[in-house]
Amino acid sequence: MSILNLSALNLSKKIKNKELSSTEITKAFLAQTHKTNAELNSFLIITEKEALATAAKVDAKVAAGQTLEGLEGVPIAIKDNICIQDLPCTCSSRILEGFKPPYNATVIEKIKALNMPIIGKTNMDEFAMGSSTETSAFGITRNPWNTNCVPGGSSGGSAVAVSSLQAPLSLGSDTGGSIRQPASFCGVVGLKPTYGRVSRYGLIAFASSLDQIGPFSQTVEDSAHLLNVICGHDKKDSTSQNIAAEDFTANLQNPINGLKVGIPEELYNTLSGDIKEEYEKVIKKLSGEGVIFETIKLPSLDYALATYYIIAPAEASSNLSRYDGVRFGHRNKEAKSLIEMMTKSRSEGFGAEVKRRILIGSYVLSSGYYDAYYKKAQQVRTLIKEDFNKAFSTYDVIFSPTTPTPAFKIGEKSSNPLEMYLSDIMTIPVNMAGLPGISIPSSIYNGLPLGIQLVSNVLTESKLLNIANIFEKVINFNVNKNAFINT
Amino acid sequence: MTSWEAVIGLEIHAQLTTNTKTFCNCSAEFGATANTHICPVCTGMPGVLPVLNKNVVEYAIKLGLATNCSISGHNEFARKNYFYPDLPKGYQISQFDKPICLKGHMDVVVEGKESKIGITRIHMEEDAGKLVHQGSDNIKGATHSFVDLNRSSVPLLEIVSEPDIRNAKEAVAYMEKVKQILQYLEICDGNMEEGSMRCDANVSIRKKGETSLGTKAEVKNLNSFKSVEKAINLEIERQIDILEEGGTIIQETRHYNEATNSTKSLRSKEEAHDYRYFPDPDLVPIVISSEWVEEVRKSLPELPEARRNRYMADYALNEYDALYITSEKSLADFFENTLKFINKPKDIVNWLMSDVAAYIKSKQLSVNATKLTPELLAGMISLLSAGSISGKIAKDVILEIFETGKNAQQIVSEKGLAQVSDEGAIKQAIEQVLQENHESVESIKNGKVQAIGFLVGQVMKKTGGKANPGLANKLLKELLGIS
Repeated sequence: MSILNLSALNLSKKIKNKELSSTEITKAFLAQTHKTNAELNSFLIITEKEALATAAKVDAKVAAGQTLEGLEGVPIAIKDNICIQDLPCTCSSRILEGFKPPYNATVIEKIKALNMPIIGKTNMDEFAMGSSTETSAFGITRNPWNTNCVPGGSSGGSAVAVSSLQAPLSLGSDTGGSIRQPASFCGVVGLKPTYGRVSRYGLIAFASSLDQIGPFSQTVEDSAHLLNVICGHDKKDSTSQNIAAEDFTANLQNPINGLKVGIPEELYNTLSGDIKEEYEKVIKKLSGEGVIFETIKLPSLDYALATYYIIAPAEASSNLSRYDGVRFGHRNKEAKSLIEMMTKSRSEGFGAEVKRRILIGSYVLSSGYYDAYYKKAQQVRTLIKEDFNKAFSTYDVIFSPTTPTPAFKIGEKSSNPLEMYLSDIMTIPVNMAGLPGISIPSSIYNGLPLGIQLVSNVLTESKLLNIANIFEKVINFNVNKNAFINT
Repeated sequence: MTSWEAVIGLEIHAQLTTNTKTFCNCSAEFGATANTHICPVCTGMPGVLPVLNKNVVEYAIKLGLATNCSISGHNEFARKNYFYPDLPKGYQISQFDKPICLKGHMDVVVEGKESKIGITRIHMEEDAGKLVHQGSDNIKGATHSFVDLNRSSVPLLEIVSEPDIRNAKEAVAYMEKVKQILQYLEICDGNMEEGSMRCDANVSIRKKGETSLGTKAEVKNLNSFKSVEKAINLEIERQIDILEEGGTIIQETRHYNEATNSTKSLRSKEEAHDYRYFPDPDLVPIVISSEWVEEVRKSLPELPEARRNRYMADYALNEYDALYITSEKSLADFFENTLKFINKPKDIVNWLMSDVAAYIKSKQLSVNATKLTPELLAGMISLLSAGSISGKIAKDVILEIFETGKNAQQIVSEKGLAQVSDEGAIKQAIEQVLQENHESVESIKNGKVQAIGFLVGQVMKKTGGKANPGLANKLLKELLGIS
């Protein structure tokens, strides 16, 4: 078995028992990245030197007989909206041209403290606004399962990095499904933690009340280990939850007999016939293991997409005001006045989807419209939370497909934003309610992976990961990835 | 003219004297080299987040309690969105529909008449940075414009009054009262020149006896008490002229120019900004418990009224003097600190109201910014009351203290200013004076006894002001043989 096929946990074990060095591992993933990136375009920059320096540090520790912690020495890829000190951070936007943050995101501090070699920064939809990684100013990213298809988005680059074995782990961010949807499209595990579980400090904001950083991995267990690394209260983020630390790997093997799972008909009934059949097979398989599935009603979910496209753009329109050409990033040099400089810099710097959302957001916040849109949307958001809350009094988890369809063709939806928005219909309600959600691969349909999404109550990631881990074993999505290595 | 009544409301911005800024750990100190008190948070870098400084909340509670406001238990911060190069995030974090203090009031006295000015609200917000232009005093026409972000995110309280003010004098009295309370609470230095207190005035007029409000204009850029008074009077006159000529007032924002004492329109209501306020999702609501409010209430210092009453009761000061001394906290503190060295309240007050007041006014300083300390003032008063120096010499000594910071005793001995009470020396001087002033001596002998005052004056002059005047008077009379 190649290094590339090993799970992060197995890699870490092999570093600890000296079967493999962190340098060997890092070099193997870097080689795969160099080999495949020209076609896939999952990485915007590859930080080979820094990654090898970190790996060497780990190997020196091993040589000196020092004990390694957790995932120490295991490489990782980082979405390009998470700040790493002195490296360009673009959010796949021209407006951040030349910007190098003089600070690390809190998650990066943690990853650096653990000596995890960083392979590079991954491509994404511009400012995380998109579901296909096609809105990136630096080219599309291709799905390794079928390079004519999109990888999903907005964390497309991070999903592809893990899927195509360029990195055993990666970090993405999820505002309306930006981790779970590409994880599903690329056949990997993607976890969006509870809002406030992971510090947002250093994550360039799209919609502050919805954004959350989370892991991509080959296995549920790996995501649990990576969540252990990145979670925790942060004084620099007022919205981060101040709760006791826990070990998310502790309960992964707990039995799940008699588990009650709710399937919201609002989400499930929208599926087309043959895709629905694929999910019926999965449900049947899991039912055979003593899991009880019941169809439930979450009526407010019908409004989740509409309200999301009020709240997220509203926050974005304000969060993106700081890109004005004054202090950093792109500035139009020809402008003759202040207003012209700001207008031209922003017009040139932002892409079409970002502009569309700034316009929507500015509109719904403007006086006279605020009550009808923004305020109403916040009220609906409360109803969505209440619907989920009620469901969790009876059910352990909520089950649904992660996406209504497998990965679509490049260009297929880019001219129709509403159709594009619909690809997040399953994942958006979870962000609106601040809940943890995970996508795990469930089957292959026409050569493309499908995923299931599991959602649990706030701050119950431990239970969610336990259920996902058992489901993963039962589903046994075992794909020979040698094809990805040998292309 | 007299048939009109003005209706005025003030919005005052007070910059708080917390050590650090509102949402980061940078120093909030005024006057540092440009862009040295900055960090990723107050320069609006991507990905960073604000964390609220608890002292800002505490200062706001203090001011709310001192102005009889109710304190909101549930507080939210909102974003006020607009573009300007001194506003790094493209929005200012402020409070909108849930301010921390509501419905307070203050009593102000103008020409003996007391009136109650309502306070609509007080809210917390962060300041913007500062632009410096080259080639013009405005961004339009400047060849270069620089931004200094030291002030970015320094905490402010905005104090919004009810439209209860009726004339410019009352507006100034209200502002002075606000400044006084801010200083007593030690939450703002009240320095209008440095911009730590700023004011906008909303002005409208109506016929006397009417209860509905006229259309208002907002006058901005009032950077001194004098500006407030002049600009309001100017605006009232402008509005009266328009209405008397049959015109209508347009709701607008006007900019006051201190140099030309005139206002000009900045923007009309139609051109007003839409700030697209919404709750800041980066900050959680602040819950203020009644226990916290009570804790702050207990920590409140003695406020001006209470001090004034105490001075009248404990030190037998009259109301005028007590009002004067308590008008500024620094002055009242100086008074009390001087008392610790010498228990002569009336003497201290007299010096503070005369020579000290004149000096600090001429130098435009605060009482504690000179070389005169309470201990030095006490030392000087003590020499004077012991008869060691004369009142005239004392006036010179205090000037010398202001210049050098030396103590009075040292100045007196160095310059030989001690009062002369040696009879022989004074007699010698008297004899000379009598020889030089035959006419005066004659007229005294002829019954014009009041001319003796002139002769005492001459003796004082001869001795360089050092002769004990009482003794000089007594000896003169003896020598002239009058009783």
